[in-house]
This record gives sequence, C-alpha cells and structure tokens, in this order.
Amino acid sequence: MNIHEYQGKEVLKQYGVVVPEGKVAFTVDEAVEAAEALGTPIVVVKAQIHAGGRGKAGGVKVAKNLDEVRTYASEILGKVLVTHQTGPEGKEVKRLLIEQGCDIKKEYYVGVVVDRGTGTVVMMASEEGGTEIEEVAAHSPEKIFKEVIDPAVGLQAFQARRLAFNINIPKELVNKAVQFMTALYSAFVEKDCSIAEINPLVVTGDGKVMALDAKLNFDSNALYRHSDIVELRDLEEEDVKEIEASKFDLSYIALDGNIGCMVNGAGLAMATMDIIKYYGGDPANFLDVGGGATTEKVTEAFKIILSDDKVKGIFVNIFGGIMRCDVIANGVVEAAKQVGLDRPLVVRLEGTNVEIGKKILNESGLNIVSADSMADGAQKIVALVK
Amino acid sequence: MSILVSKDTKVITQGITGKTALFHAKGALDYGTQMVGGTSPGKGGTTVEITLENGEAVSLPVFNTVSEAKAATGATATVIYVPPAFAADAIMEAVDAEFELAICITEGIPVLDMVKVKRYLEGKKTRLIGPNCPGVITPDECKIGIMPGYIHKKGHVGVVSRSGTLTYEAVHQLSTRGIGQSSAIGIGGDPVKGSEFIDILNLFNEDPDTYAVIMIGEIGGTAEEEAAEWIKANMKKPVVGFIGGATAPPGKRMGHAGAIISGGKGTAAEKIATLEACGIKVAPTPSDMGSTLVKALEEQGLLDKCITHEV
Repeated sequence: MNIHEYQGKEVLKQYGVVVPEGKVAFTVDEAVEAAEALGTPIVVVKAQIHAGGRGKAGGVKVAKNLDEVRTYASEILGKVLVTHQTGPEGKEVKRLLIEQGCDIKKEYYVGVVVDRGTGTVVMMASEEGGTEIEEVAAHSPEKIFKEVIDPAVGLQAFQARRLAFNINIPKELVNKAVQFMTALYSAFVEKDCSIAEINPLVVTGDGKVMALDAKLNFDSNALYRHSDIVELRDLEEEDVKEIEASKFDLSYIALDGNIGCMVNGAGLAMATMDIIKYYGGDPANFLDVGGGATTEKVTEAFKIILSDDKVKGIFVNIFGGIMRCDVIANGVVEAAKQVGLDRPLVVRLEGTNVEIGKKILNESGLNIVSADSMADGAQKIVALVK
Repeated sequence: MSILVSKDTKVITQGITGKTALFHAKGALDYGTQMVGGTSPGKGGTTVEITLENGEAVSLPVFNTVSEAKAATGATATVIYVPPAFAADAIMEAVDAEFELAICITEGIPVLDMVKVKRYLEGKKTRLIGPNCPGVITPDECKIGIMPGYIHKKGHVGVVSRSGTLTYEAVHQLSTRGIGQSSAIGIGGDPVKGSEFIDILNLFNEDPDTYAVIMIGEIGGTAEEEAAEWIKANMKKPVVGFIGGATAPPGKRMGHAGAIISGGKGTAAEKIATLEACGIKVAPTPSDMGSTLVKALEEQGLLDKCITHEV
C-alpha cells in the first residue's frame, strides 16, 4: 500500500526522523493559510500524488511570498501531472503539501528495502541525492553503499556510521545522520514497510539532517496489525476496479488491452496474459479468482471485467485442481446469466470432471466457446475480438 | 527415489483442526501419505476423525505442541496451514522441534516475519519449503499440500516452481504425454522464502531417479538468473524453463507478493535472456512447457527413458 509524502513524513516524525515543518492543503485557501501559519520566508508547494517524478512534471514550486503560494497552489491543484511513474494518462493533483523551505547544503539518498536474495532488510545510501537510485545503480554503482541488517539485533550504530562516512556526510553531522538512519530503520520494521526511501536526505545550513522527501510503501500482508496506516489509504489514487475486486478477495490489476481474463492462481493468470499477447491479442487485466472459483466470486469477477468498456471479449482459464470442473462450469454459466453477458466468452477448463464441465458449458444455451488448451483458448479469443 | 518426501515420510499437520487443514489432511491420506497426527494448541489429547474416500475411518491424534507431536508420532515432516498472523511462529516451532522438513502452505505472511524466520533457520536442521506454496509431491508415494494428486504420474522428471497452478499445468502436460514425475516442488510466490530454485535443483541433481527438470519462474527478484548460472556450472541433467509475467506492467504486484518488477529489475525478458544464455531452453508459452521438455529429452536421447506410462 502506498501513502502520500506528507503522510509518510508524519509517520517518520513519530520515530524521530527529522522532517521539515509542513501541512497538507486540499484547497488554495488552505494552502495560503498553511503557508501563513508556517511563517517562513520561503515555502514549498508540493503536489501530493502516488507517483515520483513530480518535480520534473511541474508539481513542486518554491514560493517567496503568500501571493506566489496562491498562484502556485491554484496552478497545481487540479492539474494532471504526467510523470514517468503515472503512465501517459497522468494523475490529477487533489492535495498539496505546504512546507517550509530550507537552506540545502547537499543532497543524499537513503533507502531501506527487503533484499530478496539474502532475505534480510538492507539500508542503502548514496552521495547522489536527488537522482533516482536505479539511475545511480546503472551509471555509478560504486557510489551506492549497502548495510545488511541482522533482524535479531537491528541496525547497529557502527553500520549507520559506516554508511554516513561512506557517503561523505560532514563529520560534525555524522552522529545526527546515525540518529536519522536508526529512526528510519525503526519506522521501517515497526510499521512493516516494504520500501522506505528518502530522496533526497539533506544537510542544511543550520546543521540539520532531514528528510526532504519521503516515500513509504507498506506490506499489504501486514496491514492487519497497523490500523493507523490503513487509515492513510487514499482510494482516489487507486483504480476503481482494483478497489472493487479487493472487496471480494479477488486479485485484479487493470491493463490497457481489450481481452478480459479470469484465471485461478496468480502464476497461471500471468501466463494467460502472456499467451494472449503471444497470439497477437492484448489482455485487459490480470485477475486471479483464487482456488475456490465459486459462483459468487465468478459473478463479481465478470461484473468487474465487464465494467471496463474496452473489453471486447473474455477468456476464462481454469485449472480445476481441488475444485471440480463441473462446479466451476456451473459457476461460470450462472454468473454469465446473472450479469447478462453480451460479449464473446471463451472458456478453457482442465482438471477433475472436465468432460462434465464442458458439457455444462455447451448445453447452457449461452454463447460460450469452449477451448481444449490454453493455446487453443487464447487463439480463439484473439480471433473473436478482432 | 525422489526428493524430499517418499512413501516412508511420516507427516503431521500443524493447525489440523482448521477447515482447510483438515480437508487437505484427508486429501493426503486418500493419496496414501503417512499422515500421522497434528497439532492444535489447547486441543491436545483429542483426536480428529476422518472418513476416507474408500470408506476407511482414520483417527489422528492431536497435540498441543509440535515437539510433543514429533516425539509421539516419529514424524519427520510437518505441513503448516495456520493463518498468516500465526504462521511464522508455527514455522519456528517446527524448526525448534528439529523437523527435517517443514512445508508452509499459508499465503499472506508479512514479509518481515519471514525475514525473522529465515534468520531463525540459520544453522538449524530444518529445510523449509514455502510459504505461499502448493506443497510437495512424490507421485504414488506421498502428497503434502493442496495440489490435485491425480494429475501426477510416477516417473523421472522433476518440477520446481514459484507458482501452484503453473506447476499443475506443467505436470498435466507431462502426464498427458506419458512422462511421469520424480517429485514436484512448489517453492512459493513470496519474496522471502525457505528454499530457492538452487536448493531444489541441487536435490534433483543428486537424485538418481530424476533425469531432467522443468523450472517455472516468474517476474520479480533474481532467483531465476542465479539458478541459471548455477545450472550452467553444476547441473548434470537437462533443465527447461518457463517464465511467467512477460506482459506484467512494472511496479504492480501480480497476485503473488514476490511477483513485482521494481526499479526496472526482475522482468521476464531479463530472466529469459539469462536462462537462454546459460543454455536452458525456455518455453515460449505456458502451453509449450511439456513440448519444450520433450524436445530437450529427444536431443539428449532421454525421451524413451522418461516415458513411463501409456496415455
């Protein structure tokens, strides 16, 4: 789960990570009020969307007085920002962070991630602040320093110190950097983050070490133990169909194509998209209905797929393992009737009672094309939507 | 021979009084697995009564703790179905009881819990498979997990996969071509897990009854690339692969917690390129996993040896 920058900073602040003073604003007037309350000579107006690259897209402006705050706030609020992370359709800005400007001496990068290779939490740091870490990794990997953290004892001061010295934090500020990193690590583990990225971390003219930006992502499997984080979820930043799907415990991701997919199992669902593409089609979505493809779940899945106007046909690909094919076939037929299916439907069933399942589909009186294999099904649906 | 489990493997089920656990304990017994008991804290001393498909009634003892269950039953393997919030604790209890093999089916364990589990496993006796996996099967001998047993046939091809349903798909494509399997292992779809591809490939490499292997990977992480390099350096048997997620958009979690392209890394294209560079044939579509293996077996003159049954 993603949250906004201003929310991330509030979370980090609870752990002692130093962040600039700031306030969220939903309207231009609120933005001006917030700037007035801050009372600093320079105020930064920052677009709050769930995507990076906001600065380059014109979503971050430095204002020198309240008039400028008003101008920038009205300019940015409601604007659709297109960054390398939003996709071409962009994202509309609905919230602003009004933040005190600070006297930046130098920018750095600090990030915390779970390293899959070692199965540990790793803190990374670099002197190349403000640049995306992937870019730094590509052109100067020697500038990225990593510390592998033992979960039994957590981040040790010597590790944070080593990182701070390696990235050339001024030596009189190393202790502050160590405090910063320790606090960041605590926030990461205690809130079950999947990513905590501070880019840039800055040192200021008045000797502070602070997070100028904050990107926090949370492990959705751990949200059950963080009701405070769940409250920060901004549904407006998420796909409506994905939200609807999550209510029914369906794993759904919207894509750009015109062939709706309904599959059991995440791996098979991904592979089904791949095979549609292989035969010249374009999948409209990823959808895993899970092991028990019940009538209720299949019905909801159909509704979600059909709510996408781009969808010209649907491919259902089920490997009935524990769940019998006849049960699944009944579910598909029942669901298709309930939603009044009006587009071509290809169903590939495999597994227990497959013959009975196919018979149910063929005798349903509905316009269902049954397929003998995944490849056969993919080719059939691609032909039908052409 | 086979890997990890055989007809002699005695198994307990942790959380056996739960609905899912009980359902699959019965499935294991129906298949012929030596399921010998289970745990459910607070219900120690009771039994669970299971009526098998053939009408036979089985009564399994329930214990409060995993170490008690092991001592009383002589089990060497344990399967874990407990809910995500308690699963890490359940795995560590199995490790503490010195089980040789712990298989965790549970999906949805917080990743930082698995980081702790992984640390706890260091230097211990237990091999962990999963979590978020279908389990392990040696056809006709032992089934531990949620896979449909009947699609498997005894034979000589090993299957290892991050995805449950793609494992079934591969197994089905093999069985319908008359090619049986030595063992099929689901290592799971989570980013931090007990066993990686290399651990399982190593076992298949050492198993005299495994002649070839299908490795099924997907987007996210670099386990497939590492496995490919390892195969090139160490594997004595042909391996073919498939990688799911070529059409997955970056930054989106594709169902599995571990299936995500992050920072441009972990794409299917990268993985396929590395596999091919290491001499591993990669099936172009999931429908071609079986035929790609057949081709590799033919080239190595192994096809006849791998045909185990009539179709």
